[in-house]
Amino acid sequence: MKIKSLDELRKIREEHSNQVRLREYGEMAGDKIEILIGMATCGISSGARETLNAFVNALSSEDIDNIKVVPVGCIGYCHSEPTVQVNIPGQKPVLYGNVKENKVRDIIEKHIKGGKPIENLILHVDFERA
Amino acid sequence: MASTRTNIMVCCGTGCLASESEKVLKNLEVIAKARGYAEEVQIIKTGCFGFCEQGPIVKVEPDNVFYVRVSPKDAKDIIDEHIIKGRKVERLLYMEPNENERIKKQEDMPFYKKQLRVALKNCGLINPEDVYEYIALGGYEALGKAITKMTRDQVIDTVKRSGLRGRGGGGFPTGLKWEITKKQESDVKFMICNADEGDPGAFMDRSILEGDPHSVLEAMAIGAYAIGADKGIIYIRAEYPLAIARLNTALKQARELGLLGKNIFGTDFSFDINLKYGAGAFVCGEETALINSCEGKRGEPNFKPPYPAEEGYWGHPTCVNNVETFANIPSIIMKGADWFAAMGTERSKGTKVFALAGKINNVGLVEVPMGITLREIIFDIGGGIPKGKKFKAVQTGGPSGGVITEEGLDTPIDYDSLIERGSMMGSGGMIVMDEDDNMVNIAKFYLEFTMDEACGRCGPGRIGTKRLFEMLHKISSGKATMADLDALKQLAYMVKDSSLCGLCQTAPNPVISTMKHFWDEYVALVKDEDHPQGEGRYVPKNKIGMKS
Ligand SMILES: Cc1cc2nc3c(=O)[nH]c(=O)nc-3n(C[C@H](O)[C@H](O)[C@H](O)COP(=O)(O)O)c2cc1C
Ligand code: SF4
Ligand code: FES
Repeated sequence: MKIKSLDELRKIREEHSNQVRLREYGEMAGDKIEILIGMATCGISSGARETLNAFVNALSSEDIDNIKVVPVGCIGYCHSEPTVQVNIPGQKPVLYGNVKENKVRDIIEKHIKGGKPIENLILHVDFERA
Repeated sequence: MASTRTNIMVCCGTGCLASESEKVLKNLEVIAKARGYAEEVQIIKTGCFGFCEQGPIVKVEPDNVFYVRVSPKDAKDIIDEHIIKGRKVERLLYMEPNENERIKKQEDMPFYKKQLRVALKNCGLINPEDVYEYIALGGYEALGKAITKMTRDQVIDTVKRSGLRGRGGGGFPTGLKWEITKKQESDVKFMICNADEGDPGAFMDRSILEGDPHSVLEAMAIGAYAIGADKGIIYIRAEYPLAIARLNTALKQARELGLLGKNIFGTDFSFDINLKYGAGAFVCGEETALINSCEGKRGEPNFKPPYPAEEGYWGHPTCVNNVETFANIPSIIMKGADWFAAMGTERSKGTKVFALAGKINNVGLVEVPMGITLREIIFDIGGGIPKGKKFKAVQTGGPSGGVITEEGLDTPIDYDSLIERGSMMGSGGMIVMDEDDNMVNIAKFYLEFTMDEACGRCGPGRIGTKRLFEMLHKISSGKATMADLDALKQLAYMVKDSSLCGLCQTAPNPVISTMKHFWDEYVALVKDEDHPQGEGRYVPKNKIGMKS
């Protein structure tokens, strides 16, 4: 198939943009929101994989592209797995516990879009990182 | 398509292929499939990350975890530990040489911090064999914009105002070259991409062609539109088989999508590109020799003027540009001249890719804004000198350049400041030397190369480089007198001033600059004194680029 106009090119770009979106934004440091998901054994056995997939699907279906989903290791709160940390630039990171996949939508709607952390899911962080 | 959650990017640049990255790729695919993760995980071949010394490189996105020295049998752990259990494979993480600390994220690696990637923006990010990934990142939009929304003069004006200068070594303003070629009255014009890259130790162009071939094709088409050419040639050395293969794939895909060929984007602009393979002679990188070689003649330079822009390929106006020069063009068209001109120094805009080699911890490719200092490149990005040795000098500009010593480390680098310091930008090779290197040997190493590569077309070049080498040999064998040193200096200037083309005009630079900065090392060899720095006798151990 030959591309006959700039619009056609843009359509092809659109169709293929999901293929590289994660990577494109992974490459740029700076102003994007990060969602860290505890993907150690304890997290996975409590459903972190489903949580992570739910985030990825929700974000790509809504065309939100300034958010990076990052699987990370265990932070020691195995009692409250799966844990999810939301880092919005310029704000104190918020750590959530017990984020099953059914909580994902709430976090996206209320916290990421609405700017209000969901109080009853927040875990109190009792350590500092060196 | 099931949504893929993770991308595993395996570097398949030449450096990593040499260390078995293809097997790593294969194993990852097999194991991911065996574990039932073939749907969730996308395994992608990418071009050089500029970190070959630590290759094979595997990067996992979106985690942004960067694994180094991955052997085929590590594939199992990457899948089982990282992908399935979400635990990073600690032993494969990059370790900072000076701090013994493992660094996980690419952004945190000092190697990447001061860098700004424009020409290399897609290298290591996309699959170079998939045109759709290039398009998904905005590829070919610059071409579309240029030919459907801009006049030829507007394209030239944009490139002119961006301040882009040729990355092949000369630093000639690209927009001006395009304008001159456009102004020639002729129905037939050519756009040539110089991918000869003969400078020993340089591999910027190869990495671009291997990692992001479409950017060069796109830029050539933009340039061809501007100057009024309908045919293009990429002159590439046959020693770059992987780049050639990727270019051929890219050409095929671009033709299929009508991005090359007749009536591109439905306009009346048509353009197509052929490859010509060079046999790997340094002189064939010189544009007039390159054109002769393309015509099937001996690869020997012609006297300029006439410049290729006036009389080039088969006598037609021809614009020759370097690979990296082209790689900057799509971004300039999309983001505008002002964006580009905001980077760099007064007279050298944008970024430059350098190949770091020699006595340096992070051997590899870096792309930095013009105006950065050598100290930042060598110590902050390059990680300094291995084994705690002392920095002695850095050779920029390959065999045509000169050495820059400690006192020059803090000069902001651009085309002009390097020339003021007796060296040049060249194509971007940077070879770092430590206290153990003897500078007479260094000069001799380069002269041996240029002596071999001088084509013999003109007397001063053919005979002069040979005599310079012989004199250096005499000095390093301890048989020379002080009069020989004077004669060497005199001959060096003579060759510089009287040779026909750039090759031998610049060949004496290593001699002139080492004599200037390290005169004591020459004298020590003449007087047969032990010199505190470096071994006294030339032992030809460094065989890179040497034939005899
Ligand atoms: C001996 C010699 C070797 C050269 N080798 C190369 C080369 O390998 N690649 C290159 O792009 N330019 C090389 N050049 C510079 C070319 O002659 C020419 O200036 C350049 O391709 C123009 O492109 P630019 O304006 O984009 O830099 C060489 C010049 C000389 C004198
Ligand atoms: S200067 Fe050297 S390379 Fe150039 S024409 Fe003369 S001999 Fe050949
Ligand atoms: S070839 Fe892999 S980093 Fe250079």
